[in-house]
Amino acid sequence: MSGHYDVIVIGAGVTGLSSAWWLARDGLRVLVLDKGTVGAEASSRNGGGASHYQSPLFAEEQRLWPMMDDLLGYPTEHQAERVIIATDPHDLDHYHFVADMCDAMGWRVDRIDGQTARAMVPIAGDNCLGGIHFRFGGHANPQRTVQAFAWALQDLGGRILQHCPVLSIERTGGQVCAVTTPQGRFSCGALVVAAGPQIAGLLAPIGIDVPLMAGRAEMIVTEPMPLMQLGGVDGNGLYGRQTLRGNLAFGGGPHEWIETRPEGVRARPTTPLSRGLARRVAELFPKAAHLHVIRSWAGIIENTPDGRPVIDRIDNLVIATMSGVGFGLSPATGHAVRDLVVDGQCSFTDIAKLSLARFAGLAPDWREACGWLSLSAA
Amino acid sequence: MTRIHDPYAIDGKIAAPDELHDIVIVGAGPAGLGAALEAARAGRQVLLIDEHPVPAVLAGHDVPYWFGARATAALQAPERLIETLVENEPLIADCFEAGVDVRLGTTAWGLWRNREACGALPRAMLGLSDGQKAWTIGYERLVLATGARDCALAFAGWDLHGVMGALAFDTLVRRYDAFAGRRVVILGSGALALDTAHLALEHGIEVAALIEVRDAAQGDAGGLSVLTGHSVLRAEGGIDGVERVIVASADGAEHGIACDTVIMAVDAVPAIELAEVAGASVVTEPLRGGAVIPGGAGEVLPGIWLAGAATGLTGSRAAAEAQGRAVMALALGQEAMLPHISDDFDRMAYRSDWLRALVATSPDTTLVCQCEEVSRADLIGVQPPQYLSRSAHMAGRSLCTLLEDGPPDAEQVKRLTRAGMGPCQGRRCREQVSLLLAMAANLPPKSAPRGNWRVPVRPVPLGVMADWQENAAMRAGWDVWFGIATQWIPYRDIGTEEEARKLATIGGSGHL
Repeated sequence: MSGHYDVIVIGAGVTGLSSAWWLARDGLRVLVLDKGTVGAEASSRNGGGASHYQSPLFAEEQRLWPMMDDLLGYPTEHQAERVIIATDPHDLDHYHFVADMCDAMGWRVDRIDGQTARAMVPIAGDNCLGGIHFRFGGHANPQRTVQAFAWALQDLGGRILQHCPVLSIERTGGQVCAVTTPQGRFSCGALVVAAGPQIAGLLAPIGIDVPLMAGRAEMIVTEPMPLMQLGGVDGNGLYGRQTLRGNLAFGGGPHEWIETRPEGVRARPTTPLSRGLARRVAELFPKAAHLHVIRSWAGIIENTPDGRPVIDRIDNLVIATMSGVGFGLSPATGHAVRDLVVDGQCSFTDIAKLSLARFAGLAPDWREACGWLSLSAA
Repeated sequence: MTRIHDPYAIDGKIAAPDELHDIVIVGAGPAGLGAALEAARAGRQVLLIDEHPVPAVLAGHDVPYWFGARATAALQAPERLIETLVENEPLIADCFEAGVDVRLGTTAWGLWRNREACGALPRAMLGLSDGQKAWTIGYERLVLATGARDCALAFAGWDLHGVMGALAFDTLVRRYDAFAGRRVVILGSGALALDTAHLALEHGIEVAALIEVRDAAQGDAGGLSVLTGHSVLRAEGGIDGVERVIVASADGAEHGIACDTVIMAVDAVPAIELAEVAGASVVTEPLRGGAVIPGGAGEVLPGIWLAGAATGLTGSRAAAEAQGRAVMALALGQEAMLPHISDDFDRMAYRSDWLRALVATSPDTTLVCQCEEVSRADLIGVQPPQYLSRSAHMAGRSLCTLLEDGPPDAEQVKRLTRAGMGPCQGRRCREQVSLLLAMAANLPPKSAPRGNWRVPVRPVPLGVMADWQENAAMRAGWDVWFGIATQWIPYRDIGTEEEARKLATIGGSGHL
């Protein structure tokens, strides 16, 4: 197998597929390559949150999410707004600080008292002290969304090759010209690397150092219960949502730093941390403590040293790693990547501070300095 | 060099197990009881746990067996049920006598080990629950004698009360004295179906018919008459569930058989949940009943042995007990011969024949997944659940279009259709979903894609699973998301004085 494409995207996660979809909307011939299957990693193994107000992409994300079902032609289960409720006075103070921060950015937040919170979140208990109600943000179904991007891309003529890992990137005169895979060599006019934890290993051989460390994070999910007014409810050290089916899916708690290999990890185990999650969900929602937990899962998420994304262009290569906040921002990330590939710069927001150059002076032992070491390496 | 510690990483936060035991056995069926008695005979301390009697609410969800709402109110009185269980299983009394620590009504819902992508545990441990609380136990040697599950295959009316599995029937009749039916129709004619029929007759339950889609009985029917070459068209019933089952012969002649219960006894499925979540690899072996752990009886992971029906073993209770004893002897480092199992019956081919016959006679609106109400058409169409709108684009998608991207992926189809995502944890649908996907993709049953098991392998209430005695390290180092404070600084503040002010306030546990 071989061929030439205007753009090749490495990584069929939500960032790579959104980027490919945006590029295909421009009429470009796009090929997406993935070591595994569509959305099999963190893109489908996350809390579905879409409320990353700190990001320069957030306004665009907020503009796009309500349109995505129509734009893609497939359901994402996007739901607007979130509420964060407190069972602890310190948490409530902290949420008010967050609310002030959001206010200052122009995002409307209502401070709500315990009674209002309990009316909005009927499974909250007498321990609920109130909280904050984001009149922005929201959540969506991760697997459905990533598949929607994949299908919408295919509807535009884009191509996805699963089980097709990129073995090497070829350059000529400083420009990427092709990639080699077990299924053949594919040449391209531009390359987008959105391969999550595998980005560092893909780019190191061509002299580009992307400082990343992967971590494993866990979630639990309960049987369904009647739908609440708002599905996006956080608090008590948890993030999560009620799905449109009615399940409560919640995560949080300590992560495990892990070494990843070019082919990714084979296992994504959970641990007795499930019990800590169950405890916090039961504390946050005392009236739901009877619900059965029916699954747990873990995802592998890459992080940069400052936890902020890298979205940058080097010659005809664009790098996109979202450092743990990729799902919610994905509609806007794809737009930004499309702009970088086609126009050389982002048309709708400033992303200069997300450049790779900020890590130029990073010490080689930065992981040790942060304590970001895998337990097997301890 | 001193290692710098990320305060929000999991290192050192998972507590040591609440209890430590030398030998732990999960499952007090014949293999587990055999293993326990063998260990006790060798003078070892043994903990034997079993989930029976199961809470009524779980039985209502068809966990762990497909009870089909045919249990009596006896399930509501667990203390009495424990006595009944002990009366009906003499080997349990033998275990008590031998000094085995037997804990009934205790569910093993998790099993964790350090392995790839997990090094956080102080040691391997099981998660247990007695319905009131959960706790963890460590072990030196663990024997999983977790038995088998019912294999459910859908036909029209299979969601009526009174349609159930052979293992649920066996448990209700033989162990619980709690079967609410009087007249049964049995689907299948192999050893499992014939054992089911004999069990019914011994307990004064009328057997209205045994139905077989193949042209001959699949076991030695003896005096039992089997309606061969017949398929099930549908079960019909009323407010109390099944009242009759309509069957048809190959030439299309239909007739109804009055009954209050339909027992699917085509096959049972090795219960590999705990072994899989602990990291054992899983292979599909048609002769051993589908998805099984490679190697069969014996040590499947360091310190973990598998015995009995969980390995794919079929046959008598005596054979399972003997295997349990042999596996325990091996676990104790003694010489032992595992009884040779020779079985040339292709269980997956038999299941497939049944499934094909039932697919042929039922409309494609027949539910495959009862919990999530996913029809066969929606499964193969890879359509979203009914509460989502279906666009024209969506209607153009199906398993066929997914197959253009690669081989069928059970996890992907599960998450798109929700088949298998309900409270029964896919117990009633995973074998048929797997085979239906294989059929649609033109793959042999051996290559059928399968969904994996996750912890908890039994539904456990939040308030029960919760760690109410959580250690201080976990509490102090609990973070919402990775604990990277700079992540949550508004973009415009990056590199300004405001950034430092916000960082000081946000601290590690950033945004929530």
